[in-house]
Amino acid sequence: MSIIEAAHVSYDYIRRDEEGNIEGEVRAVNDVSLSIAPGDFIAILGHNGSGKSTLAKHINALLVPSEGTVLVDGKDTKLEENVWEVRQSAGMVFQNPDNQIIGQVVEEDVGFGPENMGIPTKEIWERVEESLKMVGMYAYRKHSPNKLSGGQKQRVSIAGVLAMHPKCIVLDEPTAMLDPNGRKDVIRAARALNDVEGVTVILITHYMEEVIFADRVFVMDEGRIVMQGTPREVFSQVERLQKLRLDVPQVTLLAHELQKSGLPLPDGILTAEELTAELEKLRDAG
Amino acid sequence: MSLKLEHVNYIYGSDTKLAVHALKDICLEIPDGQFIGLIGHTGSGKSTLVQHLNGLLEPTEGKIFYDGRDIWEKSFSKKELRSNVGLVFQYPEHQLFEVDVFSDVCYGPKNLGLPKEEVEARARQALRLVGLSEEYDKQSPFELSGGQKRRVAIAGVLAMRPKILVLDEPTAGLDPKGRDEILGQIAHLKRETGISVVLVSHSMEDVANYVERIVVMNRGSVLFDDVPREVFGHVKELEEVGLAAPQVTYILHQLVECGFAVDRQATTIAEARDTILNALKTG
Repeated sequence: MSIIEAAHVSYDYIRRDEEGNIEGEVRAVNDVSLSIAPGDFIAILGHNGSGKSTLAKHINALLVPSEGTVLVDGKDTKLEENVWEVRQSAGMVFQNPDNQIIGQVVEEDVGFGPENMGIPTKEIWERVEESLKMVGMYAYRKHSPNKLSGGQKQRVSIAGVLAMHPKCIVLDEPTAMLDPNGRKDVIRAARALNDVEGVTVILITHYMEEVIFADRVFVMDEGRIVMQGTPREVFSQVERLQKLRLDVPQVTLLAHELQKSGLPLPDGILTAEELTAELEKLRDAG
Repeated sequence: MSLKLEHVNYIYGSDTKLAVHALKDICLEIPDGQFIGLIGHTGSGKSTLVQHLNGLLEPTEGKIFYDGRDIWEKSFSKKELRSNVGLVFQYPEHQLFEVDVFSDVCYGPKNLGLPKEEVEARARQALRLVGLSEEYDKQSPFELSGGQKRRVAIAGVLAMRPKILVLDEPTAGLDPKGRDEILGQIAHLKRETGISVVLVSHSMEDVANYVERIVVMNRGSVLFDDVPREVFGHVKELEEVGLAAPQVTYILHQLVECGFAVDRQATTIAEARDTILNALKTG
């Protein structure tokens, strides 16, 4: 069974004037169907305003569809009585690290979620310890979150979600405000919890390099899913992605440029190793 | 019209136990018409430095000269300094507030006390410079896309006609196309008007593609100050201070290890393509 099942989901943002009359509607998500298997690492790409964050908010019932249904671990997000369970199954981490940390001390912040779930104190501490270790922040458990870097704060946010033992975690541009090291650490943490713990990860990002190891990539435009496939399949279509205001990883772009200059390279090269190997083949043949 | 920092030190909370030495002996000159990238990991002192450039912070020690005059002398008008050194903060679109795009851009020059015609002429020119046509003038800034909003905010600073434009991460959170548009406009602007631009960025690729000089900050000091090829040659040192080289640099390093005669110092896709093609031809 899939962990997330979206069937013909549409969502309209409704604008109202001061009297509450409807001024206009914007369809942010338009007839999206997708199904995500447990343990998958999924990436969602799309330009600003393509509907990817709106779609993501459906996965933990921050929004419910105007049309269609979203099932998270078999629970319909539209039903009020399912909201708690849905949010326990699917946690969410947002872009700005400063907006999602509330505790005075790192370990208190991480314990906030499980405490709200009514977990016994002893188990809360166990969960806090395990979650902080998972994201490599255990050494900072007694620190004040204010003193941490952006990347460290994001990892604490992820630990806070992990402590609720979710089956699935949605990361909405978690690295947009981070420096290169912070970015690397956050992505490493996300991969580890996918690989080691088998947590389903849904990553929304503008950094193409971050998604090359995803199991599947979805590309959104005007509220619809317009491309999907493995990273290699999606990134083979350099020009199409550029038309969608997106990009490909730098290695892929370089390989594409070399192709255009006449080198017989395969499509969709994703890593420096692959490119080096292909160029070596050419050199040895020539 | 250069801006010159001489032995600038800045200490947060200097008279308390929690004093933090945020800038250490910074010497730097920003000459006319240069495109400079300022990089450094979180907490390296970039933002503190940037706030010294237009007199938002006063150095604990050291001097800052604009056009040869000490900006902290009593006779030096901060208003004049701030109209000459324009600062665009992170997420500047959060600072938009007027009813329409045109009024928002007029706000700065209006506050300079300029006559109405001059204010409007400047606003019009600034909006065209960032690539927003007249059809946007009467739109509410809140109905624009993220990239467009940011361009309105940049136009607001440009309307002050600064000689030096400082942008703190102008592309954070934008999609790749939006990022290229903003940086392309800024490069175009620099060519058209001859102003100096200081770009604070976390993207090594952006810096490699656009700037002619890179200043690297680490723990409050300037670690490197050179052209991109030279700075990105120090891959190890950059990684040690939480930064990186552009991805093409890594690819080229790997190719060199495998015996390709490529130029390791190429920093852009086009340079990398050319050196690889060359190496294959001659190899």
